[in-house]
Amino acid sequence: MRILGFETSCDETGIAVYDNEQGLLAHQLYSQVKLHADYGGVVPELASRDHVRKIIPLIQKTLAEAKTTAEDLDGIAYTRGPGLIGALLVGSCVARSLAFAWDLPTVGVHHMEGHLLAPMLEDEIPAFPFIALLVSGGHSMIVDVQGIGRYKVLGESIDDAAGEAFDKTAKLMGLDYPGGPLLAKLAEQGEPGHYKFPRPMTDRPGLDLSFSGLKTFAANTIRANADDPQTRANIAYAFQEAVVDTLLIKSKRALQQTGYKRVVIAGGVSANTMLRTRFDSELKKIGGAVFYPSLGLCTDNGAMIAYAGMQRLQAGQIETDNVRSLPRWPLEDLPPV
Amino acid sequence: MNVLVIDTATEACSVAIHTPAATFTDFAICPQEHAVNILPMVQKVLAQSGLKKAELDFLGFGRGPGSFTGVRIATGIIQGLALGLDKKVVGISTLEALAQQASNQYIADNPEDMAFIKGTPVNILCAIDARMSEVYFAHYRFDGHSVEAVGHEEVLAPDEVLARLAEQNITHTKAVLAGTGWQAYAEFGITAELAVTLPSAEFMLPAALSQIAAGKALPIAEVQPEYVRDKVTWKKLPGRG
Repeated sequence: MRILGFETSCDETGIAVYDNEQGLLAHQLYSQVKLHADYGGVVPELASRDHVRKIIPLIQKTLAEAKTTAEDLDGIAYTRGPGLIGALLVGSCVARSLAFAWDLPTVGVHHMEGHLLAPMLEDEIPAFPFIALLVSGGHSMIVDVQGIGRYKVLGESIDDAAGEAFDKTAKLMGLDYPGGPLLAKLAEQGEPGHYKFPRPMTDRPGLDLSFSGLKTFAANTIRANADDPQTRANIAYAFQEAVVDTLLIKSKRALQQTGYKRVVIAGGVSANTMLRTRFDSELKKIGGAVFYPSLGLCTDNGAMIAYAGMQRLQAGQIETDNVRSLPRWPLEDLPPV
Repeated sequence: MNVLVIDTATEACSVAIHTPAATFTDFAICPQEHAVNILPMVQKVLAQSGLKKAELDFLGFGRGPGSFTGVRIATGIIQGLALGLDKKVVGISTLEALAQQASNQYIADNPEDMAFIKGTPVNILCAIDARMSEVYFAHYRFDGHSVEAVGHEEVLAPDEVLARLAEQNITHTKAVLAGTGWQAYAEFGITAELAVTLPSAEFMLPAALSQIAAGKALPIAEVQPEYVRDKVTWKKLPGRG
C-alpha cells in the first residue's frame, strides 16, 4: 500500500509518500518560519495564503522524487485537525479534490496521532502500549497509548506549550523568532548550577503540566542579572534544564502509574539534545526505553500523516464526502483501529 | 470544448459546465458549508452533463475577491482537480461574474432602452461586502455585446467609492448595481432589492471561454487567487519594515 500525505495544520507545508513495504519514499517540507518572523508569531491568514502558494509545486516535487504516479497510490491522507482552520482547509480541499480526480479514498488524520506514530517510521519501533510525550510549540501532553486510536490523555499543559515557553523565553533574551532552537543552542554554552528554576507542578500529584511560570521566572532572572553572554547562556541552561526535568519527572510518573516501560517523545521539542540525553540515561536507570522520530520528522511533516493515514485506510476507515476540518479535535475521540 | 467552473467566494457556492451542446449548473447559498458541499456539487453537475472527469478540457474558478476562506476553498479544490486531471486553469473575477450576470439581466429588463440599443453603454457597478466597513469594488461598461472593466478591482470604503464615481460624473443610483456591497452600507442609500447580488459560476463561463480562447489558461502551479485586500490588521514587530 502506498499513501500520499499532506500536512498543513500550522506553518509548515509537508508532503510525503509512504509505502508499507519500501518505507518513506519522499518527504518535502516547506517551513514558513521566515514569513512569520517579522510578526513574532504565526499569522493565520498569512499561513493560509502561503500554503496555497506552496502546496502544488511541493506535491509535484514529492511525487517526482518518489517516482510515484496516480496508478501507484492507494489513498491520500491529510491533516483534518486540530490546527488553524484556514490552513487545514487548504490541505483538505486539495487532498479531497485530487483524490476525486484520481478515484482514490481519502482519510483525515489527527495531527497529534501523526506525531505520536512518527517513531514508527524509524528502524527500531516501540511496541504498544507506551506513554507518548507530545511536546511542540502548540501542544504538551502525556498520552497513554494502548494501540492505534486507543488513547487516553493523562495530562496536558494548563497554559503554555513546552515549545511555546522556549520561544517566549528566547524572545525575552532577544533571540529571533522562533527562538526555541536558538535558546537550546545558547544553553550549550551555559554552565550548570548558577540558577535554580522551579519544576512546575511536580510537587503535587497528577500529570498536568504548566510552563508559563517558567517564562515569568526567566524574565525576572534576566532582569536581576547582568547582560553578558555567559550569564545569558547560564540562564538559558537553567531554563532548559527545568523544562526537561519537569517533562522527565512527569513521564516517569506516567510510567509508574501505568506500569509501562516505553516512552515515545515526539513534536518539535523532541529534537532537543538535552532532552534526549537526559531521557536516554534516566529511563535506562529504571529499565525503561525511549523512542523518538529522527530529527527531520520531529516537527510537523507529511510523512507522519501518510503513515497514520495508512493505518486507518488499512483498517478500512475510509471517509465519506461530508467531512469537515476540525480546528479542535480531542485525541480521545478517535476510533480504535 | 468542455469547461468546468466553480465558485465559493461568497455565501454562494456554484458549479457550471459548458459543453458544445449545453450548459449545466448548480447553485446553492450555504455559508460555512462550501468545503463540504462543493465536490458533491461538482459530481452532480458532471453527472447531469454526462461527461467523465477526464473529458473536461479546461477548469476555471472564482479567483476572488470575496471571503478569504471562500476564495481559498475554490482555489484548493481546483488545484487538486487540475493536478489530478492534468488540465490548465483560468481564474475568473467574482466582480466580473456579477457584471456579466447584471448585463444579461439588463437586456432582459430593458428591451426598449433605445439609447443603449443605439450604442450608449451602461455603467455596471459591482460591490461585494468586504466587511470591516469596506467593499470590493469594480466598474464595468456594457455595450450590448461585452462587459469591459473600467479601472481595476479595489477594496474601498463606501465614501471612497462614491468619491471615485463623482470624479467620473457617475451617479450610482442611475447605474446598474450588482453585489452585496450596496445594501451592506447605509452610505450608498440603496434600499431596493438588487436582481444580482452573489456571483455564480454560470456567469463566469463567458470570461472563462474568452480567456481560454486568448490562450490565457495556465498550468496549475502558476495559478493563484486574487484577494485584493492584502493589508489586514496584523502588525509587524517594531523595527521590521
